[in-house]
Amino acid sequence: MGESVKPFALHLALILALAVALAVLPPYPATMLARILVLAVFAMGYNLAYGYTGLLSLGHALFLAAGVFAAGLSAQFWGLSAGPALLLGVLAGGGMAAAVGLLALRTAGVSFMIVTLMFAQAGYLTILYFGPITGGDEGFTLPAASRVILGFDMSTDTPRFVAALFLFAIGLLVSLALVRSPFGRSMVAMRENEERSRMLGINPFTVKLAALVISGLYAGAAGAAYALLFGYAGANFATIQYSILPMLYVLLGGAGTTIGPFLGALLMFVLIEGTSRLARLWPVLEGMDYFVIGAALVVLVLFAPRGILGTLRERGLKWLP
Amino acid sequence: MTKTTFNPTRRGLLMAGGAGLLTAALPSYVAAQGAPIKIGFQLHRTGIGASYGRWYERTAQAALKLINDGGGINGRPVEILFDDDATDPARGAEVVDKLTQSDGCEVVMGTLFSHVVIGSAPRAAELKVPYLVCSEGYHVASGMLNRWTLQPGITDVRSQISAMAPWVSANLGKKVAMIFPDFAFGYDHRDFFTAAMVAQGGEVIAQIAVPPTETSFTKYFAQIPAETEVLYHVMVGPGVLTFVKELGEFYGSGAKPQMFGFIDSLEAVDTATPGLEFLEGTHFWEAHNRVKPADAGEHEAAYRAAVGVDDNGASVSDAADVATYSHMFSTWETLFAIKAGMEASGYAGPADRQKFVEAMEAMTDMPYGIERPQGAKVFNGKTHQVFGSQNISQVQGGKLVRVHQTLMEDGAYPDAVDYTTMSF
Amino acid sequence: MAFGPFLLLALMEGLVTAAVLALAASGLSLLFGVMRVVNVAHGAFFMLGAVLAWAVDSVVPAPPALAFLAALVIAPLLVASLAAVADGLILKRLNYDPEATIVATIGLLYMIQQATLALYGPNANPVTAPFELRLQFPWFGYSGYKLFVVVAAALVLLALWAFMTRTKAGLIMRATQVDRTMARAFGINVDRVYMGTFALGAALAALAGVLIVPIQQAHYLMGGDPLLLSFIVVIIGGLGSLRGTIVAALIIGLSDGVISMFFSPTLAKIIATLLVAMVLVFRPQGLFGAKA
Repeated sequence: MGESVKPFALHLALILALAVALAVLPPYPATMLARILVLAVFAMGYNLAYGYTGLLSLGHALFLAAGVFAAGLSAQFWGLSAGPALLLGVLAGGGMAAAVGLLALRTAGVSFMIVTLMFAQAGYLTILYFGPITGGDEGFTLPAASRVILGFDMSTDTPRFVAALFLFAIGLLVSLALVRSPFGRSMVAMRENEERSRMLGINPFTVKLAALVISGLYAGAAGAAYALLFGYAGANFATIQYSILPMLYVLLGGAGTTIGPFLGALLMFVLIEGTSRLARLWPVLEGMDYFVIGAALVVLVLFAPRGILGTLRERGLKWLP
Repeated sequence: MTKTTFNPTRRGLLMAGGAGLLTAALPSYVAAQGAPIKIGFQLHRTGIGASYGRWYERTAQAALKLINDGGGINGRPVEILFDDDATDPARGAEVVDKLTQSDGCEVVMGTLFSHVVIGSAPRAAELKVPYLVCSEGYHVASGMLNRWTLQPGITDVRSQISAMAPWVSANLGKKVAMIFPDFAFGYDHRDFFTAAMVAQGGEVIAQIAVPPTETSFTKYFAQIPAETEVLYHVMVGPGVLTFVKELGEFYGSGAKPQMFGFIDSLEAVDTATPGLEFLEGTHFWEAHNRVKPADAGEHEAAYRAAVGVDDNGASVSDAADVATYSHMFSTWETLFAIKAGMEASGYAGPADRQKFVEAMEAMTDMPYGIERPQGAKVFNGKTHQVFGSQNISQVQGGKLVRVHQTLMEDGAYPDAVDYTTMSF
Repeated sequence: MAFGPFLLLALMEGLVTAAVLALAASGLSLLFGVMRVVNVAHGAFFMLGAVLAWAVDSVVPAPPALAFLAALVIAPLLVASLAAVADGLILKRLNYDPEATIVATIGLLYMIQQATLALYGPNANPVTAPFELRLQFPWFGYSGYKLFVVVAAALVLLALWAFMTRTKAGLIMRATQVDRTMARAFGINVDRVYMGTFALGAALAALAGVLIVPIQQAHYLMGGDPLLLSFIVVIIGGLGSLRGTIVAALIIGLSDGVISMFFSPTLAKIIATLLVAMVLVFRPQGLFGAKA
């Protein structure tokens, strides 16, 4: 198989395998997989900003929450159906990323981390401040009528799985196409050496802003999809926890690899699930899932610092995108 | 994982550790006669609700033992499967999913924090599994949730708060300043107490909201108007003790208004903690009296013994480990309500879940007994909410002493929803 | 309350916040300065300091003042040792790569937090202040201990400044900060300097935890806010500038108190957060940082 065909085949195979998994797995693991797929879309967006462009953001929860609330509120107050609500969520994520990026991209490195963190914190507080509309800390459940796309009810298993897979497949293929495009190479140039790319005539600000906005579109899509597929919108999606999660998914799976974000999300869910199942045998593990995740992070960074796929790529699979 | 579905073999362990998602796929329904009835329990084991979670688990275990000692439910033994929701709504929904679809629980019990309940309820409705919550939130009776979500074990905050106003205005004063957390739970206090106070001819002259991220409170106390006769305070979360301590420092030895607090401000906190001396003589709402009243009901002692709580409301094994006494009875009473509902509906398996909800909706009087140590209650099938009487206690000699018990009608309010007309 | 007394109270509260922030942030600032790494577990060290103070307070059969003094010594030492071990086992092997260090310290944070929950429990437990002193103003009362925290923080920061500028160890640390390779060429054991710096930073966090615990009970999640705030303070102050860190702590602490006088509290927090973000947007190197 040619070096240029391999990645494409690999991605199609993954999508196919996931489709089979969703079809044959019993309801609970299949539903968890649907959740993982939606969060993987969020992580893929994060990966475009961090893994490829080198923008270490601590504020992606804001873009996710923009999607959650754009979809949730438009369904709640304007009676929008799932299709338009999802679209609005995607745009809200991208729009929020553009607004943050215009200001935050004046900074770099740790300052960028802090500025994005603070914008996200302000966003979280704003959601609480407008509690009568947003439901504040409690959030709200989405009206059943809004959770329908083309006649398919997202509150039932099969349509939900299909929708999650569909979104994931688009996200994955777009990110593959993107990183292999000339623009993708400009993104990597930002990460590797911003000064040199400036001399080559690339405007770093434009490239970084574009990457961040695309990243925000992904986050908005994931947020809107999560709200519509699982029926709840809440301020918890704007907390710092949801800024750290995509970073962990990406780092575990491999920053700057297209499939890494999905693998990282999968691994983290498996660790949590595995710990809580083992805790039923050994009560000492009760509530220790994040201890296990912490230990996994330390082990990973010591022995596979580039994440799972990043390390595989270093050890021979050079063609991995 | 339980005995019926899991043998702790090496293969099983590997699967659980390495591929939890796959082990979840093991078939788990055994509906045969005599097989245990499994009840799922969403628990705040970690996160900000963890101090409640621990006591919820203990109380539920104690009730479970009593039920099993008495022959179980419909002749079958009962088992509770606890799972951590990390006090997070998204995780809460996952837990409902897992307990129902993977562990084969017949019903799921919900927990305290409102956002977890609201985040989980849609999933329960999708799975068509009865979801019995212990959150005391008004979200059930307000009509926000669904036909599958019920709250049969604890009165909601709207009723609790409304029941306080007559006594407060008659005994403490008419001009009230309120200080509460700046989020939904606080707004329930703000809105319902203000309305109830106006109905009593009193008024709320200041409403001071404290942001949820706050760890220091003194600057908010400065906003309490000087003419305040009664300070109404309520706070939740890990910062509660800081909140009351700073309140004491703020007033110091100077003149202070009457104080009326919700025990949430002091739940799991010893009233004799140094720095809290100023609370002497002030009043608190309690659902269930932490310090055993002299005239306590006949089942109070048995309840305390079963849960492992002494007469001061602390753990029998550690006097410093104070219980979340005014909330945890809800898990006990909910479990007994489940038993009653399953027996009334002749519950045999998941196919009877709808019959179970209908049987619950048909309930009305819930008399005092060991099943309801907090007191008699009335269940409103239309709003899916139970109502009972409340207590007002005064701190006397560093201990909470009951001085008043409200009537059930003190907390009555018109129905906002009729869930029985909604589809399943 | 009248405007004057209210302002006085807001300023005093702001000063206490600033003192704790400065203390907590100084350790982080030191790490940034000397090692160029972000320690995400810094808040966990702060929390450990508070929890250990509680532990010392409960096992030492002495009057509160003595038990507290014991905690002031024991807790930072224990936390510093833990940090030194973490440095030797993990960070050193990562060669202090900035991003790898973030990941490793996130892992450390989760492990410390969950282990504390398992061993110490979920409750917020109080620690008795070393002395009971209540200042009674005509309008309100105030905890004397809170003002003691301000004084103690000032003394600790002064000592830290003296250590960095007046001792040989401080000189070595500063030399390493300026140029790691050059320091090594001059025979400085950079590994040991790093381990020492990491331990000292952790000890400062723990010390802040011990000082705060009589005001704010020991709870396993209490490290989150101080971490975020110290982070912000360090960046606003300018990387590695101790002076900048202190000035930023004062600005953020005092503005938090005063802004909350004029706006509804949550709105005040939103405004304060955005203002601080804007400082960085228009001065990315921080107040006292050298232009990159």
